[in-house]
Amino acid sequence: MSTVQPSPTVGYGSMRRKEDPRFVRGQGRYIDDLKLPGMLHGAVLRSPLAHARIISIDTAAAAAHPKVKAVITGADLAGLGLAWMPTMSQDTQAVLATDKVRFQGQEVAFVVAEDRYSARDALELIDVEYEELPVVIDARKALDADAPIIRDDKEGQTSNHIFDWEAGDSEETDRVFAAADVVVARDIIYPRCHPAPLETCGAVAQMDPVMGKLTLWTTTQAPHAHRTVYALVAGLPEHKIRIIPGDIGGGFGNKVPVYPGYVCAIVGSILTGKPVKWMEDRSENLLSTGFARDYIMHGEIAATSDGTITGLRVTTTADHGAFNATAQPTKYPAGFFHIFSGSYDLQAAHCKVTGVYTNKAPGGVAYRCSFRVTEAVYLVERMVDALALELKLDPAQLRLKNFIRPEQFPYQCKTGWTYDSGEYERAMRLAMEIAGYDDLRREQAEKRARGELMGIGIAFFTETVGAGPRKDMDILGLAMNDGADLRVHPTGKAVLGISAMSQGQGHETTFAQIVSEELGIPSADIEVVNGDTDRTPYGLGTYGSRSTPVSGAATALVARKVRERARLIAAGMLEASPDDLEWERGRWFVKGDPEQGSTIQEIAMAAHGAGDLPEGVEGMLEDTCVYNPPNLTFPFGAYICVVDIDPGTAKVVVRRFVAVDDCGVRINPMIVEGQIHGGLAEGVGIALMELIAFDEQGNCLGGSFMDYLIPTALEVPEWELGATVTPSPHHPIGAKGVGESPTVGSPPAIVNAIIDALHDSHGVDHIDMPCTPGRVWDAMQGRAEPPQ
Amino acid sequence: MQVPAPFEYERATSVQHALELLRARGPDARLLAGGHSLLPMMKLRLAAPEFLIDIDPLAGELGYIREQDGELRVGAMTRHRALLESDAVARHATIITDAERVIADPVVRNRGTIGGALCQADPAEDLSAVCAALEATVVVRGADGDRVLTMPEFHRGPYETAVGDAEMLIEVRIPLHPVAGSAYEKVERRVGDWAVAAAGAAVRLHAGVITRAGIALTAVGAGVTSGAAEQALAGQPPSEATFAAAAELAARDCSPTTDQRGSVEYKRHLARELTLRALRTATARALRGDA
Amino acid sequence: MQVTVTINGEERSADVEPRTLLVHFIRDDLDLTGTHWGCDTSNCGACVVLFDGEPLKSCTMLAATAAGHEITTVEGLAAGGELDPVQQGFIECHGQQIGFCTPGMLLTARALLDANPDPSEHEIREAISGQICRCTGYSNIVKAVRWAAENAPATTTTTTTTTGA
Repeated sequence: MSTVQPSPTVGYGSMRRKEDPRFVRGQGRYIDDLKLPGMLHGAVLRSPLAHARIISIDTAAAAAHPKVKAVITGADLAGLGLAWMPTMSQDTQAVLATDKVRFQGQEVAFVVAEDRYSARDALELIDVEYEELPVVIDARKALDADAPIIRDDKEGQTSNHIFDWEAGDSEETDRVFAAADVVVARDIIYPRCHPAPLETCGAVAQMDPVMGKLTLWTTTQAPHAHRTVYALVAGLPEHKIRIIPGDIGGGFGNKVPVYPGYVCAIVGSILTGKPVKWMEDRSENLLSTGFARDYIMHGEIAATSDGTITGLRVTTTADHGAFNATAQPTKYPAGFFHIFSGSYDLQAAHCKVTGVYTNKAPGGVAYRCSFRVTEAVYLVERMVDALALELKLDPAQLRLKNFIRPEQFPYQCKTGWTYDSGEYERAMRLAMEIAGYDDLRREQAEKRARGELMGIGIAFFTETVGAGPRKDMDILGLAMNDGADLRVHPTGKAVLGISAMSQGQGHETTFAQIVSEELGIPSADIEVVNGDTDRTPYGLGTYGSRSTPVSGAATALVARKVRERARLIAAGMLEASPDDLEWERGRWFVKGDPEQGSTIQEIAMAAHGAGDLPEGVEGMLEDTCVYNPPNLTFPFGAYICVVDIDPGTAKVVVRRFVAVDDCGVRINPMIVEGQIHGGLAEGVGIALMELIAFDEQGNCLGGSFMDYLIPTALEVPEWELGATVTPSPHHPIGAKGVGESPTVGSPPAIVNAIIDALHDSHGVDHIDMPCTPGRVWDAMQGRAEPPQ
Repeated sequence: MQVPAPFEYERATSVQHALELLRARGPDARLLAGGHSLLPMMKLRLAAPEFLIDIDPLAGELGYIREQDGELRVGAMTRHRALLESDAVARHATIITDAERVIADPVVRNRGTIGGALCQADPAEDLSAVCAALEATVVVRGADGDRVLTMPEFHRGPYETAVGDAEMLIEVRIPLHPVAGSAYEKVERRVGDWAVAAAGAAVRLHAGVITRAGIALTAVGAGVTSGAAEQALAGQPPSEATFAAAAELAARDCSPTTDQRGSVEYKRHLARELTLRALRTATARALRGDA
Repeated sequence: MQVTVTINGEERSADVEPRTLLVHFIRDDLDLTGTHWGCDTSNCGACVVLFDGEPLKSCTMLAATAAGHEITTVEGLAAGGELDPVQQGFIECHGQQIGFCTPGMLLTARALLDANPDPSEHEIREAISGQICRCTGYSNIVKAVRWAAENAPATTTTTTTTTGA
């Protein structure tokens, strides 16, 4: 399925990636590969405590280290007005702590030295005296009257409360619940986990004191947004900042925020006049950078006795850590959590989310997820399974009975979304067919009779991705639109600049294919530039599955603008009226006279050539476009997971995983499938092993890859994929985005499978992730505990 | 990336040379064998030796597996991979093959050594229990010659062995028996993770009864071997009831702690379950004569 | 101290501190940045190189220990500019996305195929189980290695440098 078919030269289809020749030779250009003349190395001193007042910081010994060039503390930054920076959620975050440390791993001081080993050595020479303070670790206790106030730096902040947010009609939902035959409730935790890209975060900052220009090579999924943030933070003129991400070794949401280390590298370069590199180590990445999830949910589902789901409601405590640094559109402090009514046609739904501060790392980034869609889908898909257990209905049949039907689209859901398109039953039935669902149930019955534990889990998801319409969505006041500019050179080769930023998604390939499809230029003849802010148009970057829905749309539209200009030029060349021309891929020709035509390459040469152009037509063949999506897109899919559990050790093996995804039109199916594979593996990780836990003192228990476990090749099965295609009606090419669907859909399928395996024999009706052997065994003994 | 603190460094060219360096530098010196236990600790700066004696050049001299005098003799620098792939080990001490299959990962096994693992004495390390179950002895060399220690003498507790500051582990000796079988059972959260719990059993049979069984547990706060379980098996015919009773004793005699890998109850359960499984497999192997 | 290794068939030397990790020696002193790193605890395998023909986590060896040995990095795989079949396989089967784990995976795959020219899917998964990939979900890496096995040149020449170790 995945081996490339003969590469198409033009348009959509599986083709080899343009990026790969450099990657297989080790010629990717990642931040830590960069070596500039005179470059210095920075390292961050971090707090060992979760909550403590800083009494004093003695940097004298570190500063005296022969290879140390600068030691920077919060007090130094305060003098420059840089001790605090804005977060993506319009809160503030300490760059280097001045008054208190508020989580273990918080940035306290920054050392700049001649080499990376010396920088690390010097950290040990800094003496910080702390006065320990009581901590808030359990978000459920953050609003207790006696809880210590974490953000006493904020004027008027008298508790650890950040926000309350609601969606849906509360009263109507209560009425639906009151009338229901059955109501099932569950306490469901989506525990704190971490994107943990294989490359950690880092930057090389170079301040050119002569030209006053800052160049920052950095790990960012949103280079333009970062540039604007630096302009706002540091007061540097925005045109004098250039961000170059290079190749990024994985992001998954982790590289959306601006981190203190980046700012410190910039300050270090300004102070020393030299380029400064800062690369965090793995522990720093896990301890301090954007975590994900950490939603404590109470869900209730209402239904008739025959299994018609009528209502859903949920209250959630959202643990945002010590600074509210989630990356969400401004109007949505709980992201798109209000997609939690899922794929079902309900009478009413309501959610309430309360965000709180705790003494944990800030973040709340979308780990391979569109703004809390993952939490929402997990909730609804667990609740539907809980209802199936209660009503003793097959979970597949229960879903099929309640799906939104194709003729209901565009579907106005009860919490405010307008779903663009969907054929849910078709996807569900395809997944059941691939899985051999009825045979699996028979096999399960036989195994149960023998005392073996086998489970079959289903999840059906609807996402909302591709943020977003500027009337509804912004981050830090910046509209979530993206630009594209396309220049066709005289010889018919083209260069496309986009504001999306690839972290492995293969933009250089797929975006060339979009242009190729629209203009008929071979993909090989189209260079895609992304990342470098001096060479690309403005836009908000790549996260929330927004590249294809937003940047991809901009790309298709700019290509169509170029095509229209080509029509005018061709009309002149062919001495015909533009209205009399017809397009076939790569060529305008005269209607009714196909011999009379000009290829896009001929037109490109003419556009740049010496002869006259038709009146009013600008020379050259290029254009720009900014895409403001009229709506989000709503990818969906049906996932079926089969697990086996060792009754003696409680070890879970994911034996099979079937994933049917409908992401609309697929530009490069090979890349789409690769995205799905990767997201499924991350979903297995989240469901079975990935956890950022804390002890009662606030010490992080997931601070290395010995403790934060990521699946290897032996924990994941050979993926079984299927596809349906329901184009998005409003998207220029009908694509919906796919990168995050598998991570959204797989955890509930796996957990549902585990409960399916254990319910009859052990009475297990809920288990919180991660389903490690120990946690599963505890659940089998009837004492399942939420993760700490 | 985290990096070690500075140290002085010298490569040992022979066992004798290594011992001389150890003697000269005293307690501030550490031996670096495969490096896969010590270097991660040094990077995290949990270990900061002032002087590092690299014994990698001794991999030839101390890297061997041979049968001699009724024993399987394994040089201290024998790498995990060599143990995993050794036919002699698989034939005489299958428990080692079992364990090696689940120690760390294939790339780490290319470098890590049996001596390094035993001397690091991490409480979740597998080979200490394996050697204890096998009633292995270890040869420790110093200026005054060799000492041959039993595992209970050698392994004093977490991160602590009987190897003196100026001594080094040279060899592991595993006694061979005509009708014997052994097995190792481990539960880990993921391939390459340290054990949640593990159990090893080495069973000798004669005339239908167990003449001697070695039982040892990993990562559950047990003693070097589980004496009560061993005694319960000695002289008994192998049976499911005997195994269950011994497994129960093994579980009773350990003192696990609750952590991210599991609760006390779970680990104690595993001690029982894995001991039972190891005994079954070890006995079956002994009866099959594939040792 | 002066450390000399044979890397990708070439003798290279640099003056480093004894504590210099091999991965930093390769990347910072020899400027071969195709070898990556992703953790501090020998778990991720982004730093895998071939050391006397065997996969090694180069973050867990001192450069000093490596002195006198033969090392192959990803830069040494394409002998004479022609891609090794494992490299071609990773392109054909979409075996990488961000390319960060790729060099280590390629080298482990090469060592596996040198020892076992026709590995099963499980043997491939076992061989790469000390290396984390966060992007591919591993399926396409397994396929890529199988592709390389099935498309090995008729002659048994391999591009790695191996010694008797």
